[in-house]
Amino acid sequence: MKLRHTFITAVAGLRANKARSGLTILGIVIGITAIILVMSVGEGAKLMILDQVRIMGSRTIEVEPGRTPKGASDMMEIYTDSLRPRDVVALLNPANVPGLEELTPVVMKVETIAYGTETKRTTVMGASELIAEIMKLKVARGMFFSDEDIRSRAAVAVIGPKVKEKLFGASDALGQKIRIKNRVFRVVGELAPKGSTFFTVDEMVMVPYTTAQDYLLGIDYYHAIMVQAKTEELVPQVKKDIERTLREVHGITDPEKDDFHATTQADAIAIVGIITTILTVLLTSVAAVSLVVGGIGIMNIMLVSVTERTREVGLRKAIGATEGDILRQFLFESVALTGVGGLIGIALGALLSFLTTLVLRQFVSSGWGFSLPISAVILGVGVSTAVGVVFGLYPASIAARKNPIEALRYE
Amino acid sequence: MALLEVENLVKTYAEGKLQTPVLRGVSFRVETGEFLAIMGPSGSGKSTLLHILGFLDRQSSGSYRFDGKRLDDHSSVALARIRNRQMGFVFQSFNLLPRMDVYGNVRLPLMYSAYPEAQWDALTREAITAVGLEHRLRYDVNQLSGGERQRVAVARALVVKPRVIFADEPTGNLDTKSGRAVMDILQHLNEEHEHTIVLITHETSTAEYARRVIRVCDGQIESDRLVVNRRTGDGYRK
Repeated sequence: MKLRHTFITAVAGLRANKARSGLTILGIVIGITAIILVMSVGEGAKLMILDQVRIMGSRTIEVEPGRTPKGASDMMEIYTDSLRPRDVVALLNPANVPGLEELTPVVMKVETIAYGTETKRTTVMGASELIAEIMKLKVARGMFFSDEDIRSRAAVAVIGPKVKEKLFGASDALGQKIRIKNRVFRVVGELAPKGSTFFTVDEMVMVPYTTAQDYLLGIDYYHAIMVQAKTEELVPQVKKDIERTLREVHGITDPEKDDFHATTQADAIAIVGIITTILTVLLTSVAAVSLVVGGIGIMNIMLVSVTERTREVGLRKAIGATEGDILRQFLFESVALTGVGGLIGIALGALLSFLTTLVLRQFVSSGWGFSLPISAVILGVGVSTAVGVVFGLYPASIAARKNPIEALRYE
Repeated sequence: MALLEVENLVKTYAEGKLQTPVLRGVSFRVETGEFLAIMGPSGSGKSTLLHILGFLDRQSSGSYRFDGKRLDDHSSVALARIRNRQMGFVFQSFNLLPRMDVYGNVRLPLMYSAYPEAQWDALTREAITAVGLEHRLRYDVNQLSGGERQRVAVARALVVKPRVIFADEPTGNLDTKSGRAVMDILQHLNEEHEHTIVLITHETSTAEYARRVIRVCDGQIESDRLVVNRRTGDGYRK
């Protein structure tokens, strides 16, 4: 029998038992959904961090509160208040960190920006004017805010090109008043497009960090301190000096009890590797369990189906079907089952990943992007097909070996 | 050359140490174009004989030549091919595939055959017309009466234009009238299209359509004689 007809026969067999077929593939759907979800969200995280690394430049060291994240619970320490003005003073002292060129405190908040009736929800970054140099930002029109604006807590903002486009369209933004969390800010500059995929500086609004602390956040500590080393070679030394200095200021003797951590761009890349590994292990275990369980379900239902259709098998053999024809027919059925499960899983995984991205953008970082790697789709299709073959082979071979006389006599 | 030729055919079923002989030395020949009825009480071995003739089972000893060739040592694939191209089967319980229409059921053997796909439709319609069911083409087989179902089964047996049709108690599940309709079709196929038909039955009224009757009892041939077809008054012309 030609493959096309084998396929049509198999699909007809499945459609006859829609509800049963649907329930059977649930395990496969869950397994593939897990694969797609983890790979897609993982890819988004990876791209975001790599993007950030690309933008920051290799001389940048980021100091953040909390010890180096070692597990999920450490992630929350990003909200601790251990980085304060006295740390900035200590780090700026050349006796402490001789390799340091410049630094800026950083605070972040996701806020709604409004001009007239136009609004845009995006990340507001509070920093000093030095952030322009550290992140290699260029001002297309107007100028960056100044040291004086920092000191006077001026309500001024520099907006990314996408913010400008959304709020002002073609008209001039310079000197206009925008609202951030119901406070009025004057636009003093527009950034030139930087064109990054995920960590979108283009969508950001920059304000003096002092202003952001007072007006937007109501805090007196920093979310991060960005340090620029004088040369790339000095980065490891500067990192050590930063750690020593901050431990001194914070009165910490045991590095295990650090309430901060310094990350170089090389560290960030290493973290990407760790995240990828963790995700791979997670993926493999979650997906493997549900796929094996799903596969056993498929095998079970196929065995039931083979028994129910004993007479059909007998008849097909009597009118000329070979063992190979019968084997292929039932194998196609199980592969069609798992294949459909795989496709549903891919769609569901992509949808969940997209929703997860929306939530992450809202609460973690507007730079988080949605990505569905083609490798995940290929893996999903491949694995679901393989499950169909592996778990369908035994029932199909039982069907193929049936004696036609016995089969035709079966009641 | 005879189409079917069996010589000293023996079939013994072994269950543990118990040997049950079903056929004990059966010999006969069937020429192309014959209409043969094999009769006998249940347990006489007539069904086993049909299974061996249809390559659904193998004899324990003795020889069976189909079209002059011994095929005992052929692979199951080769035998499946012969069943598909040269033989048609009609069973007592129809064995139609449910959830499939008349057209789909009749077309089924073609899907396993060497006929090019372009001819399938014409062959299928021709076979359905031959049993007079062209007005039921798209009917689900569950919507048909027993007699109609058996006619679908006959069309399915015909569709590949086989050299011999084996019918195993084809009227066993039918009332007298439907049974007659099915037998009329088989007789017509035999007379007009020279299809060789081997019929198994224990009903005398069904056997009356044949022109030769072999009686089997306890695994042996009791009698083998030419008969006059009482329905047409036609004798065996040879």
